[in-house]
Amino acid sequence: MINGTVVALSRWQFAMTALYHFLFVPLTLGLTFLLAAMETVYVTTGKQIYRDMAQFWGKLFLINFALGVSTGLTMEFEFGTNWSFYSGFVGDIFGAPLAIEGLMAFFMESTFVGLMAFGWQRLTKVQHLIVTYLVALGSNLSALWILVANGFMQDPQGAKFNPLTMRMELHDFPALLFSPDAQDKFVHTSIAGYVTASVFVLGVSAYYMLQRRHMALAKRSFRMAALFGVLATAGVITLGDALGFVGGHAQPTKLAAMEAMWHTEAPPAPFNVAAIPSQSQQRNLWTLQIPYVLTPLITHTTTQSVPGVDTLEAQAVQRIKNGIPAVEALKRLSSNPNDPQALTQFDAHQADLGYGFLVQRYAPNQDVALATNADIAKAARDVIPQVAPIFWTFRVMVAMGLLMLAFFIAAVMFTLRNDAEKHRWFLKLALWMIPVPFVACEMGWLVAELGRQPWTVYQMLPTWMAASSHTVGYMVFSLAGFLLLYSIFIAVEMYLMVKFIRLGPSAHGRESPAHGGGSAGTYAPAAMLK
Amino acid sequence: MEAYVILKSLWWLLLGVLLMGLAIMVGMDMGVGTLLRFVGRTDTERRVALNTIGPHWDGNQVWFILGGGAVFAAFPLIYATAFSGLYVVMLLLLWTMIVRPLGFEYRSKLPGKNWRNAWDWLLFLSGFLPMVIYGAAVGNMLDGVPFHFDWDMNSHYTGSFITLFNPFAIVTGLVSLSLSIYMGGAMLMGRTEGAVYERARKAVIGGGLVAAVLFALAGVWVSFLPGYQLVAAPDPGAAQTPLQQTVTVASGAWLHNFGAHPALWLVPVLGFAGMLLGMLAAGNHKPILTWWLGALAWIGVIGTAGAAMFPFMMPSSSDPSQSLTVWNSVSSAHTLAWMTGWTAVFVPLVLWYTSWAFYVMRGKVKSEAIEADEHAY
Repeated sequence: MINGTVVALSRWQFAMTALYHFLFVPLTLGLTFLLAAMETVYVTTGKQIYRDMAQFWGKLFLINFALGVSTGLTMEFEFGTNWSFYSGFVGDIFGAPLAIEGLMAFFMESTFVGLMAFGWQRLTKVQHLIVTYLVALGSNLSALWILVANGFMQDPQGAKFNPLTMRMELHDFPALLFSPDAQDKFVHTSIAGYVTASVFVLGVSAYYMLQRRHMALAKRSFRMAALFGVLATAGVITLGDALGFVGGHAQPTKLAAMEAMWHTEAPPAPFNVAAIPSQSQQRNLWTLQIPYVLTPLITHTTTQSVPGVDTLEAQAVQRIKNGIPAVEALKRLSSNPNDPQALTQFDAHQADLGYGFLVQRYAPNQDVALATNADIAKAARDVIPQVAPIFWTFRVMVAMGLLMLAFFIAAVMFTLRNDAEKHRWFLKLALWMIPVPFVACEMGWLVAELGRQPWTVYQMLPTWMAASSHTVGYMVFSLAGFLLLYSIFIAVEMYLMVKFIRLGPSAHGRESPAHGGGSAGTYAPAAMLK
Repeated sequence: MEAYVILKSLWWLLLGVLLMGLAIMVGMDMGVGTLLRFVGRTDTERRVALNTIGPHWDGNQVWFILGGGAVFAAFPLIYATAFSGLYVVMLLLLWTMIVRPLGFEYRSKLPGKNWRNAWDWLLFLSGFLPMVIYGAAVGNMLDGVPFHFDWDMNSHYTGSFITLFNPFAIVTGLVSLSLSIYMGGAMLMGRTEGAVYERARKAVIGGGLVAAVLFALAGVWVSFLPGYQLVAAPDPGAAQTPLQQTVTVASGAWLHNFGAHPALWLVPVLGFAGMLLGMLAAGNHKPILTWWLGALAWIGVIGTAGAAMFPFMMPSSSDPSQSLTVWNSVSSAHTLAWMTGWTAVFVPLVLWYTSWAFYVMRGKVKSEAIEADEHAY
């Protein structure tokens, strides 16, 4: 029925295009708020330099924004082009947040971003400020709806399977919107964007300070980014903990993989700081442990038990056995939706429908009625995602978060003492820190999405069923096309970004006579603050 | 009539409105992209042309994104079946569309002649090709597409992508392209002067003329094309899948709706009227009227396709009884009700601030202003 290679290639394509898109999104989310903050200072104090800051960073923002918009289009297509069974299966509930995102958020962001760039001469100061805030609001609301959609895949709240239409349907919109997983994920992710933008602005400002160029602009940007960044990093860590807490309960298999817990241990269980997990042997070949720490970390208690891989697999066997009659009933309902016996059988077993699908792949002729105990055991093994990559991407993300917290605390200290430019090592470090938040964001995506496997919709729809039934040739064609285009895009974007950073604010001083003294020339060291 | 039937029909109409919004707004920008090299002979002229839509293309593009989102949310089976079935064509559409934002944003960032020429041609391609594909997609829907479903509603497309470029689909693709050239020209007329204005005016008249001729040709062609008819199906108000109906195919069946409701003939008449009066308005140097008449033409053209096919949305040529209709591919009543609420609040809001954005940026784009504004494209 479905070719395993096609599913694998579809997964690679989605992961690559999503990770690529997610290189540009966090910077957009955070930079809009920094732009709004700079412009707010300009409007309230009337100081020209803050307008120049908003315009300079705005220019870099737009270079990044264009590629974010482009690659976002791909995501909108890809559910339908490559995950068509998924799209039909959950479109009733998953499509709604995507449509509302367009209607409520993306329209706002995109309409006002045009006015933000082109409206400096045509809008009053206050009008332009409001426009900038609407761009920030729009991009963040956009993230909200996208993550509500993603939250549904992680923890499907507010939906019910309808055997008459063969799909999941919405039955409680507020439950979908206010799903704890979605809400924590939204705050965690958007704040991660604020961290990203802060590191970016801080790094680029440090570059100018190292070169003693544009000092007035660089020092003010440095300070704003440091303050914004320290708050954001503290927030991202707090919400990360909350997300771990919520996710740990909603997705025990992801949690077991994140912590490389092969066996359920009596609380308080030890925490694996580092480990070499072996999936085939279902154990850690080597670990570095801190005793007792895991239980309070995960459950916020000392007595609650955290299920390991062994317990989760045993539970899966039971659920698969209970899910098989649900799939059988569904097949009968497909040809006769009014079969009362099938309906009763489906109702009794529908809680484990997804587990029934899980074994379908291994059953002879994909007929779950013929599934043997060996097939069931294989399917049960599948419920544990790949432990090693999840364990390590999670640790890299956390380590980077803590590193950035220390970095921002130092930055705040220096900027409050007003001597950041004297610590050249720190300025150099700031420049090298620029890639860190981008990598951390990508790691976060990997933890979330690899950890969701083997499901596309957690415990409802296995990934192997969700893909479109294409040929391998089609997939190679599309992968090659994306690879080619995206490589060119990133080269062009990076080239322009680096070029415009190197040129600095002076590159945009052409219009200075129109509004007096905005050109780079006035940023000579003599005109520095103090 | 029960509420679910009303909701289903309402969302069919709303989808139509979104497609019209997409065709009018995105089509206009793509028309400017297609015309860029031809209305602008010098770099400054091209920059003037680009900057007429500079502040708006991004907002306009959301009509497309919203269109996709609305199909996904309101007609999930259409989204799933069409996007995966037309895979190669969808990728061509996507790849040309994702170059466009970069073209706008990056083209004038560097002064090099080769750099700018390369982006100009990419903007041409990303205006020209998507419009042909949109139109061809509608043509293929009228023609029927070979697909069928498994028992669990997994869809399989059994044609090759070459068949999607059949002669009829190319004609509908060119209708769409020429109307977008008309609209791009109308926008350029409104916001430029001198040589660019004159060339744009010619493009409007040319685009309108070709569109009118091809639209008429497509109409005649459709009357010979096999059309689809619902013979037996569950009640429109029932929750259902496409596995429970019987559909027949008969030549000329796409005209049955017009036969049953002769008032529907007003829809294609509206399309022709928009094109013909629009050309007249362009001849008389009335850019705003030209634009609105072009929008009317789009409403007529898309409305005609919808009126002919209703209740079909995506007929299956290989297994007609598994064709997708408004009744069997739609979302649940609960989803449609929520979506209706969001739409009722936000569509008026979007229309209001979009109009405001156009009002703020009103007037002619002058070359001196572009030279002075560092944010200009």
